[in-house]
Amino acid sequence: MNYIALLPEISLVFMVLVFFVASLGGLRRDLLGKTAMVCAGLALIASGATYGITESGFYGVYRVDAFSQTFKVMISLGLLLILWLGAGLKGVKSTFRPEYYMCLGLSCLGLMIMTSAVELLTIMISLEIASYALYVLIPLRTQKALREPLEASIKYILFGGVATGISLYGMSYIFGLAHTTYLSELAVVLPGLLATQPLAVIGLVMMLCGLFYKLALFPMHFWMPDVYVGASNETTCFVATLPKVGAVALLIRIIALGGADAQQLSWVLSVMAILSMTLGNLSALGQDDIKRLLAYSSIAHAGYIMVGILALNQLGLTASVYYIYGYLLMNIACFYVIYNLAPEGENLGFADLKGLYKRSPLLAVTLALGAMGLSGIPPTIGFTGKFLIFTAALQKEYYWLVLFAVGNVCISAFYYLRLVRAAYSSVDEPGPRVRLPVQAVVLGLVIIAAIIIGGILPQNFISLTKEVIGLIL
Amino acid sequence: MEKYLVFNSSGFPILSILLLVPLAGAVFSLFIRRELLLKVWGLAVTVVTMLLSLPLYFLFDRGTYKYQFAELRHWIPALKLDYVVGIDGISLLLLLLTTCLMPMCILCSWNAIRERLAEFIFVLLLMESSMIGVFVSLNTVLFYIFWEGMLIPMYLLIAVWGGPGKDYASIKFFLYTLVGSVFLLVAMIMLYIQAGTFFIPQLMDHPFSFINQMFIFIGCCIAFAIKIPMYPFHTWLPAAHVEAPTAGSVILASVLLKMGGYGFLRFCLPMAPDAALYCMPVLLGLSLTAVIIGGYLALGQQDIKRLIAYSSVAHMGFVSLGIFLCNEQGLRGALLEMINHGITTGALFICIGIIYERTGSRDLRVNSALGMVMPLYIAFMSIFALSALGFPGTNGFVGEFFIIIAAFTRNTLVGVLLIPGAVLSAAYMLRMLQKMIWADSDGHSVHPVHCDKPALSDITWREGCMLVVLTIFVFWIGLNPGPLIEVMDSSIMHLLRQVGG
Repeated sequence: MNYIALLPEISLVFMVLVFFVASLGGLRRDLLGKTAMVCAGLALIASGATYGITESGFYGVYRVDAFSQTFKVMISLGLLLILWLGAGLKGVKSTFRPEYYMCLGLSCLGLMIMTSAVELLTIMISLEIASYALYVLIPLRTQKALREPLEASIKYILFGGVATGISLYGMSYIFGLAHTTYLSELAVVLPGLLATQPLAVIGLVMMLCGLFYKLALFPMHFWMPDVYVGASNETTCFVATLPKVGAVALLIRIIALGGADAQQLSWVLSVMAILSMTLGNLSALGQDDIKRLLAYSSIAHAGYIMVGILALNQLGLTASVYYIYGYLLMNIACFYVIYNLAPEGENLGFADLKGLYKRSPLLAVTLALGAMGLSGIPPTIGFTGKFLIFTAALQKEYYWLVLFAVGNVCISAFYYLRLVRAAYSSVDEPGPRVRLPVQAVVLGLVIIAAIIIGGILPQNFISLTKEVIGLIL
Repeated sequence: MEKYLVFNSSGFPILSILLLVPLAGAVFSLFIRRELLLKVWGLAVTVVTMLLSLPLYFLFDRGTYKYQFAELRHWIPALKLDYVVGIDGISLLLLLLTTCLMPMCILCSWNAIRERLAEFIFVLLLMESSMIGVFVSLNTVLFYIFWEGMLIPMYLLIAVWGGPGKDYASIKFFLYTLVGSVFLLVAMIMLYIQAGTFFIPQLMDHPFSFINQMFIFIGCCIAFAIKIPMYPFHTWLPAAHVEAPTAGSVILASVLLKMGGYGFLRFCLPMAPDAALYCMPVLLGLSLTAVIIGGYLALGQQDIKRLIAYSSVAHMGFVSLGIFLCNEQGLRGALLEMINHGITTGALFICIGIIYERTGSRDLRVNSALGMVMPLYIAFMSIFALSALGFPGTNGFVGEFFIIIAAFTRNTLVGVLLIPGAVLSAAYMLRMLQKMIWADSDGHSVHPVHCDKPALSDITWREGCMLVVLTIFVFWIGLNPGPLIEVMDSSIMHLLRQVGG
């Protein structure tokens, strides 16, 4: 194997090592954030530079191709933005900061491996690397009351453990039936097995549960709201976005290989998608904590993404990739506002958004665009994503699925609108102005531009992704 | 694709510029601090847009139904999606209506809007840009983007600068419209999957199977019926109208409601003609109901704005009736009625805004007996009210007349049922006029505001200018609708051929 192809992973390993040394006291504290951003930038450059290389190695369990590199670019870009967003790391105790960055890098490394893994055990290991680092991150929070962060981390670990168990159990079924753990070999036998052996369907669904846990798709979504509330704002932003990117990458690989055309499988997954959308949106309606609201909304978004994946044609998978990219940006937009609005890294409610238009017009605009994007109103990236997903699903004649999705879009508009309304309605005493450092202002403008330009001019992204998806189908 | 378009040969991409001028003006307005400068800037941008749009009327080739001044650029080739804009006789008139009314919207908010002025101008200009976009797009996705793009600015217009019940009204407006447009989105995707294109003229020519036509028709119809608004979906309108600021009401009544009618003419009829003919009885029934219920409800209102809002429901009932009669006079009348309703109701809302600024109330009882104090104002108000009730010689008469003729040609019963609607409009308008002018006859012996403040001032120059311009349109179209009919005729005839009615 040509080890140049592993540059993105290597650069993240480098990041982990740097911060391991830093945790021993080898780096000045005020340089930590910048170093982390440089490392993430290196990973981004490395992912971009290795784009186009196709390599397979480690006895065929690891595959670097355009598909995996697309996701690696997305993951390292996301990491860079999240580090940029949480540059002050307000929510994390200063003594733990080096460890914090180390675990962040480690989790990203796991996600990157996930996008390249083409063998069941490797998939398992990558999932575990990504999760274990996060288990550590969640309770790291500066807050007097320890209960919430600890509760969150316990829940995350327990649910994660259960999900891993179910997933492994499913894998054992698949292995027992197909006698192989390589995805490429599974691709040959799995469609036949799915058609004849009900056990294969059960096995596959159970195996996918590990990914659904990362994606927070029904029925593996229970951990989501509590973890969002318990973890610090920076961590939540990470948990909300990047693991899902990795999960989508792997989901596309597996489902594309397994063939979701199998009737029972697509039934099960459609039901999960519908329940996920409906439950997520209905629960979000009544929330007052913004992070909890976003948690439920992201459960709903997992459902939308599933609709795109279920379509299983080139357009559908392209749509899912595009959608997760948009989801990443729009969530970062929302968390950007939360992070900058919470002076001590506390959780925010709707009352805290009052008069935002006056306290900080930039934050208000960013929040409005993020919320509008999530509810799918043009000209944002969220609209284009939904448009592509619905087009793909209708091409596949999933009328009911689209009808449910459309109904859910209407429901969700209500609570996204609440966010806009809270930020923009007139108040008598708007409260103190929010002072943003220069780099935060720049980040805000970057996010706004990305959400709008990504929505209006998606041509490059779509054609590129289409090509990439064509390679793995 | 080229066979549907007459490309803009002047080398001056006029339609794109019309889209961009308000947008650029909107962005720029965020950087202006001085209040007066902001207002002047808003006015200047809208006036420039209006002046830019006027040549379209004179250069428009009346002999062809093709889409003129067209521009075509590749946008998202991966989806075979192009940026296509162009106008025909139908959209030209609505486009001109939009651009001509926008300066009025700025003028009528001159003193009324004091807080968050920069944002107000921003939102208004953004609205203008997307409204123009809706009328010029020849591509379903582009159309949808502009259609939805109006939603948030309009929501903010009501939610930020609205009256006391603005929260309820604005959310109701938003959710109703959003639910409708989501169905539109699904219908558009269905169209694309069936025909393989987003280009509207091509979709019109594509022969869809009947069952697909039904799906497409229902999807589009829900969206447009909510927007126009048709009878069972009309409840958002009075709420939104009452709470919106004057400029918001004017935009809502004059342009936004027209988009429902425009959508029927652009999507429902030509793309799903068989389904339209199949559903005709239901839609005619709903339209008739709207005419009568709207008129009946208007009759009982004490709030002037609410009264006009219900009269809008009735008038838009006329419009949808004209559209779904699917004959020449009906379509012609519907389009004329849309333009006329835009002018007349816009003017009426401006009038209500004027009196609201003086008395602080929209209640008929508070605003009664104004004839003595504000004679000029009342003169204008009467002209517009007469035009709204379809008095011969005013513009309101022309459209309504065409539609009634069309109704009788199609089916005598429809025509007969339409008569009470026309009578009702006279009843509620005259009731409003009578109370606002005299009041004594009805037991309001003394005008309370009149007593406290005998110097209830008559209209100012600024207000007068707006009303005079609108009055000119009222009589010009009323006495000489020929030029408008000339502009729309090729397109209407072409549409009629497509429907085969």
